[in-house]
Amino acid sequence: MRKIPAPAVNAENKAFFDAATNGKLLLKFCNDCKRSHHYPRALCPHCFSDKTEWREGKGTGTVYTWSVLRAVPDPYCIAYVTLEEGVTILTNLVDCDLEKVTIGMKVKAVFKPAEGGAVVPMFTAA
Amino acid sequence: MTIKGKAYLVGAFEHPTRKAPDKSVAQLHAEVAKGALEDAGLAREDVDGYFCAGDAPGLGPMSMLDYMGLKVRYMESTETGGSSYQVHVSHAAQAIAQGRCNVALVTLAGRPRSEGHRGTAPRVWNPNMPDAPFEEPYGLVTTNSYAMAARRHMHEYGTTSEQLAWVKVAASMHAQHNPNAMLKEVVTVKDVLDSPMIADPLHRMDCCVVTDGGGAVIVARPEVAKSLGRNRRRPLVRLLGAAEAFKGQAGGDINLTYTAAVVSGPRAFEEAGVKPPDIDVALIYDSFTITVLMILEDLGFCKKGEGGKFVSDGNLISGSGKLPFNTDGGGLCNNHPGNRGGMTKIIEAVRQLRGEAHPKVQVKDCKLALAQGSGGQLGTRHVQSTLILERE
Repeated sequence: MRKIPAPAVNAENKAFFDAATNGKLLLKFCNDCKRSHHYPRALCPHCFSDKTEWREGKGTGTVYTWSVLRAVPDPYCIAYVTLEEGVTILTNLVDCDLEKVTIGMKVKAVFKPAEGGAVVPMFTAA
Repeated sequence: MTIKGKAYLVGAFEHPTRKAPDKSVAQLHAEVAKGALEDAGLAREDVDGYFCAGDAPGLGPMSMLDYMGLKVRYMESTETGGSSYQVHVSHAAQAIAQGRCNVALVTLAGRPRSEGHRGTAPRVWNPNMPDAPFEEPYGLVTTNSYAMAARRHMHEYGTTSEQLAWVKVAASMHAQHNPNAMLKEVVTVKDVLDSPMIADPLHRMDCCVVTDGGGAVIVARPEVAKSLGRNRRRPLVRLLGAAEAFKGQAGGDINLTYTAAVVSGPRAFEEAGVKPPDIDVALIYDSFTITVLMILEDLGFCKKGEGGKFVSDGNLISGSGKLPFNTDGGGLCNNHPGNRGGMTKIIEAVRQLRGEAHPKVQVKDCKLALAQGSGGQLGTRHVQSTLILERE
């Protein structure tokens, strides 16, 4: 099983990883332009407002694209998943048959421990 | 202010090495600088502008200025990965047009092959990168990043692995004539499809080589170029148009089916006053076969989504295809020094316009060349840079 490298947690992104420890997927939402974004920033990348807040995502979506890295000892599947909130996020697809992954496949969030104790959201077949 | 006609490429040199365990990175930078100066017929003392990117060891340009004993009045170290060198040529032309320097040296060198770099291992540039915490845990590497773009392109446009393979086949047809190429063997579509899957849908032969080495070019003002041209008795290479453009993840509004060349291409063509069908030879960044296919679409050599058809059946092969590309064998077969392929695209463009390419790949009456840089990753964020060059 591939070891999950630790994310570099900092003051700006800490809430995201704290929530993941509790099994929640957080997204940043902008109270000015009313759009979500990812990766999370203090300042909205769409309208540059600083009136952003954390909101809990549903944790469901569909596969936008994917690739299994095969030329390593423990192959794994990287993917972009488009969430119901309309944001597409980089992730891994896990705990499912990687030979049966397709674009458009429905997926749901699962939470996996990384090295060093942090938890990161990943996705599996819904 | 336009840079059209304000600057010339007067020197170009590609280091012949592909593996340099016995050289330092600084030494390689200095060796390519010396090679480009000799090619131009200039002395080190003529250089009054210096440009380098993140491959140069040290803080910006400082260590290399010191190492090479350069005394310049203009310096710049814009870092956009493999597309840096097109950006440098463009910015050098701007500096020349503004009267801030006369002769600008641009160098690239690296030894990732000797240092054991692989495209399946992660690279983190800086602990404060805001995106890294959302990419590193998921094992984002160069190969699977481009693979995700390839997969989506296939999904939306029906692009196939066979079509991608034609890009490699064309590069290999050219590389067989390059004595310095790392891979000189001609390959077939079947060879590419039979090569091991690295990050599906990309096979091993869809990926560029990892090589040590480097290259340098010298940009000069017209008066300098013309005086050198009289001495060297060869065609001059004039910069007609240049542009750079960035594309990122847009806060999660992801669309991996196009590159920033949709912006850099039209801007450069407009400045040059030419159109894609006018281009005689295209030197296109080829980190992967998909990189070439998408860039050709985005530059307007074919309609969006028709890149697969465009690259097929040998259309990129010099002598038989409609658009000869990467006539040195490109990054796919010849050289990708320091994991950065922009410089070698400019160097081969200069060779072609001078008529100094290998006779087997030299494009007849080659008047207009396009040299495209791509830096970063198509799967996340990248900078595309376009140069259009003319024989005078």
